[in-house]
Amino acid sequence: MNDMRPLERIVDSDTIKIAARGVQVHYGETQAIKDVDVDIEDHTVTAFIGPSGCGKSTFLRCLNRMNDTIDTCRVRGSITLDGEDIYDKSVDPVQLRAKVGMVFQKPNPFPKSIYDNVAYGPRIHGLARNKAELDGIVERSLRRGAIWDEVKDRLDAPGTGLSGGQQQRLCIARAIATEPEVLLMDEPCSALDPIATSQVEELIDELRTSYSVVIVTHSMQQAARVSQKTAFFHLGALVEFGETGQIFTNPQDPRTESYITGKIG
Amino acid sequence: MTDTSLDPGFSSPRRTTDLVAASLRRRRRKQSRLKWIGIAAISIAFLMLFLLVASMVRTGWQAFTETNITLDVYIDPAEVPLERLPRGGFDDVLAASLGQMLPGVDMDDRATARAVGGILSNGAQFDLRDRVVADPSLIGQTITLTVPVSDPYDQLNKGLIKRETPETNRRVKDAQIAWFDRLQAEGAITKPFNIGLFTDADSRFPELAGLKGALIGSFWVLITCFVIAFPLGIGAAIYLEEFAPKNKMSDFVEVNINNLAAVPSVVFGLLALAVFIGWFGMPRSAPFVGGLTLALMTMPTIIIATRNALKAVPPSIREAALGLGASKQQMVFQHVLPLAMPGILTGTIIGLAQALGETAPLLLIGMNASITSAASSPFDSSTALPTQILIWADSPERGFVSLTSAAILVLLGFLIIMNGIAIFLRQKFERRW
Repeated sequence: MNDMRPLERIVDSDTIKIAARGVQVHYGETQAIKDVDVDIEDHTVTAFIGPSGCGKSTFLRCLNRMNDTIDTCRVRGSITLDGEDIYDKSVDPVQLRAKVGMVFQKPNPFPKSIYDNVAYGPRIHGLARNKAELDGIVERSLRRGAIWDEVKDRLDAPGTGLSGGQQQRLCIARAIATEPEVLLMDEPCSALDPIATSQVEELIDELRTSYSVVIVTHSMQQAARVSQKTAFFHLGALVEFGETGQIFTNPQDPRTESYITGKIG
Repeated sequence: MTDTSLDPGFSSPRRTTDLVAASLRRRRRKQSRLKWIGIAAISIAFLMLFLLVASMVRTGWQAFTETNITLDVYIDPAEVPLERLPRGGFDDVLAASLGQMLPGVDMDDRATARAVGGILSNGAQFDLRDRVVADPSLIGQTITLTVPVSDPYDQLNKGLIKRETPETNRRVKDAQIAWFDRLQAEGAITKPFNIGLFTDADSRFPELAGLKGALIGSFWVLITCFVIAFPLGIGAAIYLEEFAPKNKMSDFVEVNINNLAAVPSVVFGLLALAVFIGWFGMPRSAPFVGGLTLALMTMPTIIIATRNALKAVPPSIREAALGLGASKQQMVFQHVLPLAMPGILTGTIIGLAQALGETAPLLLIGMNASITSAASSPFDSSTALPTQILIWADSPERGFVSLTSAAILVLLGFLIIMNGIAIFLRQKFERRW
């Protein structure tokens, strides 16, 4: 679609999946995000860190237009996915969310069976032609979500009956069942214990082979462990963005340095 | 006390402990006072409920039994000639057979014969007529017939007319009591469960009156009310809660719906009278119109209950569905609505229970007419349970007093069942996230 508008195409777009330029978000009168420019690369885990209320979750939710559901929220600037403006009038947020999956802070499986949880996305998008194909998608997704071995004998059991860590992996499996291109994760481990956290982190690293992953986290150790790129947000602005190793060992901005050394936040 | 405790010279740790102990005593007293007030309030409420039910049971339980008399009736061809059917002297036939059981009573005296015949309910001759019409070969034979006795004898048998009352103040005279006692001594009088209370329609005669017409009327009213108010209420609530833009207009609608829930029911009755019956020319006294009227009244209740149930579905479920690429409509109908259903059903049942007991609107559309046959469709004239109670409470015959209480007990029974279903649904499907 945007082929006719070469100026909007991102240079070197082979690796850049999502490009945000001058993104501003307002909740009513309050400005939550100030002029954020960021490039999310394909097959990369990008971490958003920053103190509470810095706007990192808000920005994440711009990437699949989840903020559309909030009446007072206004988004300005441009965000492109594969060079296509996702806030263009011709883009249906429903279609966008099929391409950009999301995992939430609190595990939120539907109060249905494990099978139905995973099969829901493929069903509404018509990804499977028959029961056998759907079974295949469900198994593949649960395997990729590293939870197949734990649930394969009880796919009819309710998803809400699993432990917290299992629920979160089920939610990840549910998100990847629609075969998205980008996976957004909003503090996916904040409600989990350390063991479940390390399982989910391992999973995130594996998912990088197929998807572009964006993760919001409060834990700097987690950002350092799982991400290749890190963006530091502070008071609604993107302070610093770069290679994770560089951010944590040699931050350019004094605010980044004081945050990662524990002086602010 | 505050002064001293603020003074640093007086506030030793010892003193603080004393102060806390003293205030603790005061706080405990306050708490126990509050507890006792609460217990007293609940006790008073229970006492009132108990008094209400007890007084209903005390006056009403007698109506659940009836007094019957079993007769050997010789169907005299002279009184009931085959060629005159269905007409004939059925009352005389019955009186004659009573006379057989009361030897020594002068049945040739017309006044006495009529008085003896008066022991039987007025409906007895129609029972006999129906049997003979159905099988004319009975003419000339003797059949055994069990029929209700008339209201004064029923009252006498149930002890509601007291024998010690002076004869002049008593509806049943000494001679009549003597007849009744002779019949009872012969074992002709029985006092079984009053099935007729549920299988007969209304009647002028208390011993024949039943609730069938009212039950069927109320059934049609509630069905109509449910079929109209449930989908409309849920539809309105879903639109307002999930789809409507939040602006002045939707605020205005919301305020008005809440007001509508508080409008006195008689106003809905007037509206129905003017619009449904006046303009649209719908039939009077029809349960369908009653149901329409009560649907207007129940809808705000259902809308409010549905909106609350929808609000109670956690946002995480909505986000999960939207995040997977479900459209808003898919989110609402596949996730939110099923989770809200128990709450919606509970609200609906409570709304219908209210509608079941509602009287005023039904009076205005004429559902308090005396109708002696049960409605066969929602468009036939009918009464409903609460209007039937009013009709009976208004009737002068002594027998209607206990019938009224019995009808109230039946109505209360249905209300308890409906609320029980609501509680059951809530417990069974309540989910925790």
